[in-house]
Amino acid sequence: MTAIDENPLVKGLERLPVGPTTMTIFGATGDLARRKLLPALYNLAHEGALPEVFNLIGVSRGDEDSEQFRAWAREAIIEFSRRTPDPRVLDALLGGVRYIAGTFDDPETYRKLGEELAAFDAISDDPLNRLFYLSTAPQFFPVIIEAIGEAGLNTHDDCEVRVVIEKPFGTNGEEARELNRRVLSVFDEHQVFRIDHYLGKETVQNVMAFRFANGLFEPLWNRNYIDRVEITAAEEVGIGTRAGYYDQAGALRDLVQNHMLQLLCLLAMEPPVTFSADEVRDEKVKVLRAVQPPPPEATVRAQYTAGTVGGEEVKGYLEEDGVPPDSQTETYAALRLEIDNWRWNGVPFYLRTGKALARKVTEIAVILKPVPHLAFQEEGSIGVRPNQLVLTMQPNEGVSLSLGAKIPGTRMRIRPVQMEFLYGTAFMSQSPEAYERLITDAMRGDATLFTRNDEVEAQWRVIDPLLSAWAEGKPELDTYPAGSQGPSTASRIMEPGDEWRAI
Amino acid sequence: MSPDRGDTTWFARDTKPTKVEEALRHLLVEQRRAYNGDEDAADEVGMAVPARVLNLVAVVDRQWRGEIENRLERVGRYHASRTVLCAVEPGRRTIDARATVIVDAQGRAGEFATTHEHVVVDIGTEHVKHLDSIVDPLVVTDLPTMLWAPHGHNEAIDALLPLAQAVLLDSVDEPDIEDAIGRARALSERAYVVDLAWLRSTPWRERIAASFSPSRYRLQLPTISSVEIRHHPESAVAGVLLLGWLASRLGWTPGALAARRDVLEGRARTRKGEVRLTLKPAPDQSVRGLEGLTIETASGMKLSLDRGEGGLRARRITPTGRGSANDRTWTVMGASRGESGILGEGIRQALLRDGTYAPALDSAAGLVS
Repeated sequence: MTAIDENPLVKGLERLPVGPTTMTIFGATGDLARRKLLPALYNLAHEGALPEVFNLIGVSRGDEDSEQFRAWAREAIIEFSRRTPDPRVLDALLGGVRYIAGTFDDPETYRKLGEELAAFDAISDDPLNRLFYLSTAPQFFPVIIEAIGEAGLNTHDDCEVRVVIEKPFGTNGEEARELNRRVLSVFDEHQVFRIDHYLGKETVQNVMAFRFANGLFEPLWNRNYIDRVEITAAEEVGIGTRAGYYDQAGALRDLVQNHMLQLLCLLAMEPPVTFSADEVRDEKVKVLRAVQPPPPEATVRAQYTAGTVGGEEVKGYLEEDGVPPDSQTETYAALRLEIDNWRWNGVPFYLRTGKALARKVTEIAVILKPVPHLAFQEEGSIGVRPNQLVLTMQPNEGVSLSLGAKIPGTRMRIRPVQMEFLYGTAFMSQSPEAYERLITDAMRGDATLFTRNDEVEAQWRVIDPLLSAWAEGKPELDTYPAGSQGPSTASRIMEPGDEWRAI
Repeated sequence: MSPDRGDTTWFARDTKPTKVEEALRHLLVEQRRAYNGDEDAADEVGMAVPARVLNLVAVVDRQWRGEIENRLERVGRYHASRTVLCAVEPGRRTIDARATVIVDAQGRAGEFATTHEHVVVDIGTEHVKHLDSIVDPLVVTDLPTMLWAPHGHNEAIDALLPLAQAVLLDSVDEPDIEDAIGRARALSERAYVVDLAWLRSTPWRERIAASFSPSRYRLQLPTISSVEIRHHPESAVAGVLLLGWLASRLGWTPGALAARRDVLEGRARTRKGEVRLTLKPAPDQSVRGLEGLTIETASGMKLSLDRGEGGLRARRITPTGRGSANDRTWTVMGASRGESGILGEGIRQALLRDGTYAPALDSAAGLVS
C-alpha cells in the first residue's frame, strides 16, 4: 500500500472526499438557483457532503450586496429545502458567501470575481478547485465562458477548474456545435459538465441497474424477444407561467431532444465495460448514431385545447397567458424511431410526451413478442397477451411485469395479471435531489451523468430534420383536449397491431 | 364512506408464534382492505403497500421495553419494515403478543404509502435459550434480518444468530473496552456487525480522509507522529475504534494502551518510526462519541477537528520555517445526527457492507490487549 499515490483512508467511506472548492453561480438570483441549487447546497452541507473547505460566490445582474444576497439565499433555502434547515448549518454555509453584482459581458465582473477567488485561496492558504455554474439564460453561456477565458480564470495552478452548463445546450444542431466550439476554445472537454438533471435522478440511474445488475432480462433484451418499446413522459399540467420559454422550445426541444433520448439510450445501449464516464457515454453515443431521423410521417405534433383536467376546466394552449394566438408550437410530440443495429433492427421505439394530458407519468414499456402457440386459449377468456415489462420513473418508481395467469375455476381460462415491484417499499433511504448528486459529481470531476459534446451533437442529428419538417408544417399540427390521452391521430405512426398504452 | 386510515392492531395473551404469524397475515389483508377498499379514495390519497426491506429483532428487558420502542420510533424513515421486539420478563412462563400494521405516512394522490409491522412479544427468561423457535415464524422470509440486544441479552443473540445476517451493537454500552472489542470481534466471525460506536466516528473518519486528500497533505500520511482523541468519558471505545481504523488503513502496528489516571496512552509502530497515541476523556461532553482529535505530522503540521456550531471546527497549523506557522481555522459543515439518527443509520447499515470495520477492530484489539 502506498500512501503517496492514493489516499488509503478513503476506502470504505460512503461519501468520498471532494476537493476543497470555491463554487461560483452565474445567475445566482435566478429561479433555478432559488429553487434547486441553493437548497441542494444546503442539503449537501447538512449531510457533511460538501468539500472540507467550501466557498460560494454568486454573480448576477441585480445590484444587491453580499449581505442582501445572503438574506435572499437563506429565504430560498428555507422555502425550498427538502428538509427543515438547521440554523447553525445554514449560518455556516451562508456566513462567508460573496456576491458580485455585474453584467455577464463586463470584464469588470470577472476582475472582481478573480479577486474574490484569489481572496478565498488566500484565506485557505491553499489554491482551491473552482467550479463555475452557468445558471443563466442560454444566450449568456458563450459570453460567460469567453469572459472567464479572457480573465484567465479557466485554469488555476495545479487545481481543477470545471464549468457546469445548464440546458438547453443550443436550440438546434448548428447552435449546439457553435456553442461546443466556443466552450472548447476556453475549456478542455474534461472540464465541461453539460447538465441534464434528468440523469441525476435515482429513477433514471435505476434503468442501468435494472438492465445490468440482473441476469434475468439481458437474454431477452433484443429484437428476437422484444416487439416494441414505448417511452412516455406525460404531464397533467399545462405550461403554467412558462409561456415565454415554452413557446420558443416546444415539446420536441423541451423533453424529446434531451430527456427522452437519454432514456432511449439507457434502455438500448450495450453494457459498458466499466461504469466510467467515457465508457458509458461511448455506448450512449453509439445508440444515437444508430438512430435514423424519422420521416415526418412517423411523427405527430399537437397542441392542447380547452378541456378538463382532474375535474377542473383548463384553458387551451392558445389561451394561455403569453402565448401568441397563432402559435404553432407543439405541446405534444410523438415519434417512431428505429435503431439500426444488430440488437434492435426492426423494433419500433415509440416516444411521446405532452402537456395537459390525462395524468402525470414517465415510463418505459417494453412489450415482448407473443408466445408462438396459444394452447391455453379457451372461450370466455381474455386470453394470452404479450408480456409487458414497465419501468416507471414517476410518480411511483417501480417495475411491473404482466404475466398470463389462470382464472380460478374448472376451465383453462387465462387473463393477464401484474407482478409489481415498487422501489419505495424496498429501501429506507430518501433519494437525494438530482442537483445534489450532480453538483458533487461535478466538484469531484465525475462526468458519468453529464452529457458529452458528441452526445449533444448526436442528439441534435436525430432532432434537426424534424425541426425543419415541422417548421414547414409537416405533419400538420393536430389538437387534443386538455386532460385527454393526446391526439386521436397519435396511433397513425404505429405499425399495424401496435397501440399506445393508456397514459 | 372514507376508508379507515389508522393502524391495525392484534393482541393476545398466552399465545404461540404460529398464532402471531397468522394474525400478521390477517392484519396485512385487513389493513390493505381498510386502506385500499375504497378505490375512489385510493385514487385521491394513494394506496398502501407493505414495505419489504429488513427484519429487526430486538431483545430487551421487559421493564425498558417502552424506552426502546420510543427510540425505535424516533429513527424516522430508517425503521425496519418488520420489527420483532422480544421483551424478556423474569419469571414469565407464557407468551403475550401484540402485532400492529402501521401506515408510514399518508399517501399522496396517485402515489402509495408504505406500511410496516411492529410485533411485541413478551417472553420469560426460560424462553431465551430457544428464542429462534419463537422468532423464526415471525420474520419475513428472504429479507435480511438484524439482531439487537441493547440490554445485553447475549444468550438471545447466540440463539438467534442462525436466523440473522447482521447484528447491531453499541460497544459503548460495554463498560470494559477490552470486553467490548472482544465481543464485537467474536460476533464479527459469525455475522456482519454494525457497531453504533463505529458509526459515531463516521463523520470524523470522513473528515480525516478529506483533510489528507489534497496531494500535499496526502504525502504527510506516512509521517503522522501523534494522534490525540478526545471523547465522552464513557466512549473511550469509540476512540479506540478510530485509532484502530487509522492503524489498519495506514499499516501501523499498535501496541497496548496504558492508563495514566483517566488518560490512555500508547504507541504504534510504522514503517518509518512511531506514532504517539492518546485517548483523553472530555468531561464536558454531554453526548456519546468523540469530542475532537488532533493529528500531528513529522513536519510539524497539526490538524485539529472539534465539535462546533454547524459542523466540525477545523484548525490547521502549518509551519512555514524560522519558528513561524500558518494558523487557520474554519468550519467543516454538517448537522449533528443525534442518537436517534445514529440508531437509524445503524439499521440502514444492515443493508450495506463496510469492509473497513473488521480490520479496524483487529487493530483495536492490539490496542487493548
